[in-house]
Amino acid sequence: MQIDVKQLSERVRNGHAGSLARLISLIENAEPQAVEVLETLEDRRGSAQIIGITGPPGSGKSTLTNRLVGALRDRGETVGVLAVDPSSTFTGGALLGDRTRMQSLATDPGVYIRSMGTRGSLGGLSRAVFDAITAVEGSGKTHILVETVGVGQSEIEIASIADTVLVLFVPGLGDDIQAIKAGITEIGDIFVVNKADLKGASRIKTILENNLELEPTNGDWKPPVMLVSAETGDGLAELVHKMDCHFRTLSESGRLHERRKRRHQGEVVAILQRCLADRIANFYDKQSEKKDVDVEKPRAVANAIWESLTDLEDGGE
Amino acid sequence: MSDRRIRVLIAKPGLDGHDRGAKVLARAMRDAGFEVIYTGLRQSPEQIVNAAVQEDVDVIGLSILSGAHNHLFPKIMELLEEQEASDVLVIAGGVIPEQDIETLREIGVSRVFTPGTSTQEAIQYIEEQVGGSDACKST
Amino acid sequence: MFDEEVLRRLDKAKREWEEGPVQKAISRFPERKDEFRTLSDQPVERLYTPLDVQDIDYEEDLGFPGEYPFTRGAQHTMYRGRMWTMRQYAGFGTAEESNRRYRYLLDQGQTGLSVAFDLPTQIGYDSDNDMSVGEVGKVGVAIDSVRDMEVLFDQIPLDQVSTSMTINAPAAVLLAMYAVVAERQGVPLETLSGTIQNDILKEYVARGTYIFPPEPSMRLITDTFAFCAEHLPKWNTISISGYHMREAGCTAPQELGFTLANAIAYVESALAVGLDVDAFAPRLSFFFAAQSDVLEEVAKFRAARRMWARIMKDRFGSDNPRSQKMRFHTQTAGCTLTAQQPDNNIVRVALQALAAVLGGTQSLHTNSRDEALALPTEESVRIALRTQQILAHESGVADTVDPLAGSYAVENMTDAIEAEAKAYIDRIDEIGGAPTAIEDGYVQRQIQESAFHHQKSVESNDRIVVGLNAYQIDEKPEWELLRVDPAIEEQQREKLERLRNDRNNDDVTNCLGTLRDSARDGGNLMEPIMAAVRAEATLGEICDALRDEFGEYQAPIIL
Repeated sequence: MQIDVKQLSERVRNGHAGSLARLISLIENAEPQAVEVLETLEDRRGSAQIIGITGPPGSGKSTLTNRLVGALRDRGETVGVLAVDPSSTFTGGALLGDRTRMQSLATDPGVYIRSMGTRGSLGGLSRAVFDAITAVEGSGKTHILVETVGVGQSEIEIASIADTVLVLFVPGLGDDIQAIKAGITEIGDIFVVNKADLKGASRIKTILENNLELEPTNGDWKPPVMLVSAETGDGLAELVHKMDCHFRTLSESGRLHERRKRRHQGEVVAILQRCLADRIANFYDKQSEKKDVDVEKPRAVANAIWESLTDLEDGGE
Repeated sequence: MSDRRIRVLIAKPGLDGHDRGAKVLARAMRDAGFEVIYTGLRQSPEQIVNAAVQEDVDVIGLSILSGAHNHLFPKIMELLEEQEASDVLVIAGGVIPEQDIETLREIGVSRVFTPGTSTQEAIQYIEEQVGGSDACKST
Repeated sequence: MFDEEVLRRLDKAKREWEEGPVQKAISRFPERKDEFRTLSDQPVERLYTPLDVQDIDYEEDLGFPGEYPFTRGAQHTMYRGRMWTMRQYAGFGTAEESNRRYRYLLDQGQTGLSVAFDLPTQIGYDSDNDMSVGEVGKVGVAIDSVRDMEVLFDQIPLDQVSTSMTINAPAAVLLAMYAVVAERQGVPLETLSGTIQNDILKEYVARGTYIFPPEPSMRLITDTFAFCAEHLPKWNTISISGYHMREAGCTAPQELGFTLANAIAYVESALAVGLDVDAFAPRLSFFFAAQSDVLEEVAKFRAARRMWARIMKDRFGSDNPRSQKMRFHTQTAGCTLTAQQPDNNIVRVALQALAAVLGGTQSLHTNSRDEALALPTEESVRIALRTQQILAHESGVADTVDPLAGSYAVENMTDAIEAEAKAYIDRIDEIGGAPTAIEDGYVQRQIQESAFHHQKSVESNDRIVVGLNAYQIDEKPEWELLRVDPAIEEQQREKLERLRNDRNNDDVTNCLGTLRDSARDGGNLMEPIMAAVRAEATLGEICDALRDEFGEYQAPIIL
């Protein structure tokens, strides 16, 4: 596919939805031109506030996202939403249903919504999400909401991407205490107990607060636990206020810079991993064409490849 | 190295609430390696086209059983043109009488699947039209 | 039911038969499949004998027709007394056109009316609403105000027909319109008989014509229960429907389990607002699908009656037989009809109708052969009605009550379906009742699972559908299909404009204000709705007033 890099970049910068959509496809498909376009958008990196939203299936992430976008729009912000759902490990296909709860926003020109499959990144966020954020920032949106299912490591990864991380809980999803997994209290900046009208909501709040007491204090921010009903909108205004507070605290304390460095580091590492993985795969293919690899000895083969790789690149130690 | 996937938007235009066919097809497409975005019920032409543009889908699948297709489909095709997205493959399914199919084809609906079409037939048609996902080619 | 000694001998003899002659027969002519299953994927045995029904206690489990637990029928003499009501669902275009179709059907010997409304009416939009464009008059008749309703029943005396209305979210409003037409015809309300579907829970699950969130929707439903108990004692206040869930793909046991779970939710919410169970339960009615697996369907209908009787007695403590007795309407299964060789659908419908009659239905709609293609033509509708009449007058199955009772196979299947349906009810109880199970997507997921499974089995030819995946021919659909004139939308708009010009708009505004207040403050909504209808407020105006107070339902999408 022939792409006019300059034109596409121009149109993305002007906020043209179709062009932004095309760019994200190039990113997802790992087309080389994606990198060229992204490089022209890098001056806009850091221009948007990035909010991560994670929680178990059925916790109402999309409904809450929908509400948050509405609230942000009401005060004139422009918003991009990246809704990430797992792809099937076997077929690579995915059913992306988060958008359904946000379709009322589909006709608002100030909102861009994109559904993404994880495409083979095992249990984690799509590797394309980093670049997609850059693309949406490049289109001039002031806020980017990244929504992911809280399973596997995606919820940890979200913390490396977002400025503010919302972790959702909901009453009635099995064993409440079990649901509050080790580590989850470390990644959240704001904890949201959704469907707060249901029985058990305040109990989850208490359990969470007790768990948070045990966490070492994280600078000048004490993660609050908020009761919200995304369905009715109860508690939403307070949540938005807290999100603003968190961002302000980050900016004022200088920790925003820290966070963004973390995102940067994550990206660099992800790019390197990808390069390396491709290179190794190529190398393996070439080697196995030349001579039969010993299928019984993966470790020995891996060592051999590693040695030749490092020889090639570093010229030996 | 390219990692392409066929992306499909499955949409229910109009007020019709029968989504058995749409959901069964969505699932079969997922199993065929497609990324499937489902819009839910009661979608206006504007909502459908904007979603298709933002999601950069290769295909829009419209499912309708209420008989409102003669009004809704031309509107959708018009909006696609307006949004410079006429390259998206548009297919349709549901209760659509034979006499209407020709008219719908004339306005750019690529194929109308009538009741009883197998999901595999629809999937195969899409793969032929837009090219298979990488995963599909190897299997 | 059998002597133990007899059963022991039988068990031995059966085993000898299986190991001897059957094995020999199979070795020469293997059976067609390793495993036989019903359409709902339930195992089917080679042979049923008294061994398979030995746990049945005749008096407790079967009893007599018209008596607890009603397994054998809702009435004492069933069709020997009066045939089932032949009720063809019809309606399209304008009230004038539908009125003509109704009078044609009544002339042809149909015994009850069944009104199909278009989608804007079902979702509470007037014909001139933006959401209605392209949909007016398409799948049913467009009704915007009581004036349309008057035309719809012109020259049809409402005290002499029973009218079923397929209307759910705005059921209270359409019921009020019907009652006001009766007032204008000079017919006393207590003589009105008929049914409103009024079953919102299955709309959330399967059919999609919801408006309001569950809580106010349930309130509207219990308000109609209370209103009818007082003013329309012969009116069926709800038709708790498995039909649409079955059409969406669920199995027979799921249809039964989910329908009864919904019924339990309605009873519970009526009890919660202080109604006495026997004041409303006798007017609850049900609506099921009849598919082509005749034995399974008959078993389902029999199990349904028995389960409902027991639920009413054991769970809700009603001793009133009229509350325990399940009465139901049946429709043949639209989803089994094929667009290929559509005349074959006549045979499918006949089989399904036979199952419904053998299962003891109170009323029946037979689908028309061309429904997979478009709205049915007059000729197709007539054949469908004739199918019922042939069953009634020529087949002989209407002359004795519950003729398949005592069949080892049917009794065994009746038990099996009951057990499985019960398991679904238990699961839904565990989740916290039908509304929660629907909100969580449990019910939708079960249905989708079954639908997908069925589709795969057809595509892999595990299930043969004649004309679709076997015995195909090259064909071109030829006959004339009914088309709805697009000018109808314009006509409805004009009627609305006239209405808004000649009615007393101050009256309308006042009535809608009162309705809003009641919606906010509590109290039965039927009276203020009746008042608004009398003042000729439109359906859309009334529903908008309620939308303002109640909000609109956002469906959880279950994939």
